[in-house]
Amino acid sequence: MQRIGVFVCHCGTNIAGTVDVKTVAEMLGKEPGVVFSTDYQYMCSEAGQTLIQDAIKEHNLGGVVICSCSPRMHEQTFRKACAKAGLNPYMVEVANIREQCSWIHKDVAEGTEKAVILGRAAIAKVHLNAPLTAGESPVVKRALVIGGGIAGMQTALDIADAGFEVDIVEKNATIGGKMAQIDKTFPTLDCSACILTPKMVDCAQHEKINIYAYSEVEDVKGFVGNFSVAIRKKARYVDETKCTGCGICTEKCPVKNIPNEFNMGMDNRRSIYIPFAQAVPKIATIDPNTCNKLKTGKCGVCSKVCGAGAIDYTQKDEIIRREYGAIVVATGFNMIDMTKFDEFGYAQSKDVITSLEFERLTNAAGPTGGTLLRPSDGKHPHTIVFVQCCGSRSTTENGKPYCSKICCMYTAKHAMLTREKYPDTDVYVFYIDVRTPGKNFDEFYRRAVEQYGVHYVKGMVGKVAPRADGTLHVQASDLLAGEQLHIDADLVVLAGAIEPDKSARGLATKLTASMDTNDFFTEAHPKLRPVESPTAGVFLSGVCQGPKDIPETVAQAGAAASKVIGLLVKDKLTCNPCVAQSDELLCNGCSGCEHVCPYGAITYETKEFMQFDRSMKPRRVASVNPAVCQGCGACTVTCPSGAMDLKGFSNRQIMAEVDAICK
Amino acid sequence: MQIEKKPLIVAFCCNWCSYAGADLAGTNRLNYPANVKIIRVPCSCRVNPLFILKAFQRGADGVIICGCHPGDCHYTTGNYYARRRITLLFSMLSYLGIEKNRVRLEWVSAAEGAKFAATMQSFAEEIAELGECKRLEDLRCKK
Repeated sequence: MQRIGVFVCHCGTNIAGTVDVKTVAEMLGKEPGVVFSTDYQYMCSEAGQTLIQDAIKEHNLGGVVICSCSPRMHEQTFRKACAKAGLNPYMVEVANIREQCSWIHKDVAEGTEKAVILGRAAIAKVHLNAPLTAGESPVVKRALVIGGGIAGMQTALDIADAGFEVDIVEKNATIGGKMAQIDKTFPTLDCSACILTPKMVDCAQHEKINIYAYSEVEDVKGFVGNFSVAIRKKARYVDETKCTGCGICTEKCPVKNIPNEFNMGMDNRRSIYIPFAQAVPKIATIDPNTCNKLKTGKCGVCSKVCGAGAIDYTQKDEIIRREYGAIVVATGFNMIDMTKFDEFGYAQSKDVITSLEFERLTNAAGPTGGTLLRPSDGKHPHTIVFVQCCGSRSTTENGKPYCSKICCMYTAKHAMLTREKYPDTDVYVFYIDVRTPGKNFDEFYRRAVEQYGVHYVKGMVGKVAPRADGTLHVQASDLLAGEQLHIDADLVVLAGAIEPDKSARGLATKLTASMDTNDFFTEAHPKLRPVESPTAGVFLSGVCQGPKDIPETVAQAGAAASKVIGLLVKDKLTCNPCVAQSDELLCNGCSGCEHVCPYGAITYETKEFMQFDRSMKPRRVASVNPAVCQGCGACTVTCPSGAMDLKGFSNRQIMAEVDAICK
Repeated sequence: MQIEKKPLIVAFCCNWCSYAGADLAGTNRLNYPANVKIIRVPCSCRVNPLFILKAFQRGADGVIICGCHPGDCHYTTGNYYARRRITLLFSMLSYLGIEKNRVRLEWVSAAEGAKFAATMQSFAEEIAELGECKRLEDLRCKK
């Protein structure tokens, strides 16, 4: 039996006000195994901790029960204090007699009685505590950033600047992400490419950064500090080491009618292409679905014109496996599919476009060279209707329940820029609410209304119908005037909701990182740990965690980087010792635990066991990797033979608490 | 000290959401019956249905398991396991002749202190109405 010391805290009057602490200490002093019991004003104070430490030495205590505030508050404090006195920190249990007793009960008799019972439960548990030692695991000093948009690039640059190696995995042929497609940025109206492309070049030239473009994460094994990641480097059919990015092949390729993804399909590219002029890495890529040579074996124009001899039609996907200490998810977003919304007529008319398509139409490097022209007939539009919240804040099946956050501001930007460049254009913006929380955001929106004369109308657009003459009939309600509006528009721009990239769900499964119902990655704590995933060693950067604009994304990217640096700078990590352990003699090798483990912490190995006749026989038994196990206990309940138990929350400990409460 | 015999309720609360929710109820001084006694577990999936049956055997009159909302589990999927296991337990309870209402599974997040207090209040009232649970009580466990 352990020699147990009980320490009852007054917490000023927080506990002592409704709990008779003296009686509690006295009653608990009579419990079996308790050799010392006392009360004190503030146990967490320096003097209180000294009191505990002195008692441990004086009474040779093997276990400590502290009746105080929530263990979520001061468990660590008391564990450290006890460790200083030479007691194993996991021989300490905290009975929560403040949050779960004194604060919720008014009656002293009732509070005292409950405090005694909670104390007894803690004493019963500590009798069964065993000293635990936190293991250590080494840290691989290299980080992986998944996604090469502004979030991923900023995170990679910040980590690399701290002196750690970083790999960026980008699924597209170039890094840059959505920001590369944007023309100007709110609220300063500075050119997006002018601030982005230098960063792309920085990434490419940084000696600590290695870019795997046109690559995807194939699988992830391991745990914090020791991830092992397989990266699929897709075949470009172009030798990266030889291609100079001159672009001759992209001019000579005879397959000309491939919709250009970078320009949102509003113009065409060739089968061999470089996404845009500032692409990093600037290497041509052959689209294997459209290339004549790869499909039929007849053509080979690109290889003939290539002076560098970089074309390689026999190239194959390559799997690269690398070790990482930390992984940052920066998978970004896409606009939702607007064809699902019949009312906006996106599928019926070329002149109903999304705001990202509008960005490309106004971008100097876009399909129209920056002149705003209708996609259908190439004429200048005179009436433009912007529709806000297309699928955002919507409870319908096709919509998203959340606010996409960026649309109000970029629509104000679009409206303002249109009015500035083409003052003869009538611009309408239909909104539910205009949301402008951000530095200089509301001033920006007001400028659009007051200075640029954009017509802001509160109300939703009910229907967009293409007319025979090519105009678009927009039917909408003006909620403030209480009337229906009918507008003949030349161009309708839909501010579609943004959603996490489709690849994010599969990636989350590979990383065992959790997601919310909208497929945004969940953070470890919504307020206090916003850039960490609940899965240790996985960090979140940018829109994959929730809608945000560029400054917020960059800020979060930097925060994620600092967390990664904080992890990589350590040589060894301390593991949580409260992990599952398997009793190999009881284990029947059924694999039940392996299947429920969300972390892949359980593996099976074949070991030799002695039989009754003293012969050795091999048997398959579960083995828990303590560095990967997070201690949830799912396996302990699944195990049919009771071989799995959780240290610190063992079956016997929990039942001892139940017993003590029910006694 | 003479302890008044009340219907006794054992609450298993997951460390990440519901235990924190219970703490928040305390911080906000939200009262709920004192016969609810909380046991901290790392996750609702740590609660073995056997613990619940054993609690009835030891003299508990009601058992409530609180975990994170679906999709919010700290361990990604733990609360889904808990939900399945408790659903299975319900059919077991009817077989044993124990009222189903004596076991409840609730999702309480760390931000839902008020929900925690209200849930405990309503559960305690329900159990008070059902009275003591003698069905499984093992007199050998009584001292």
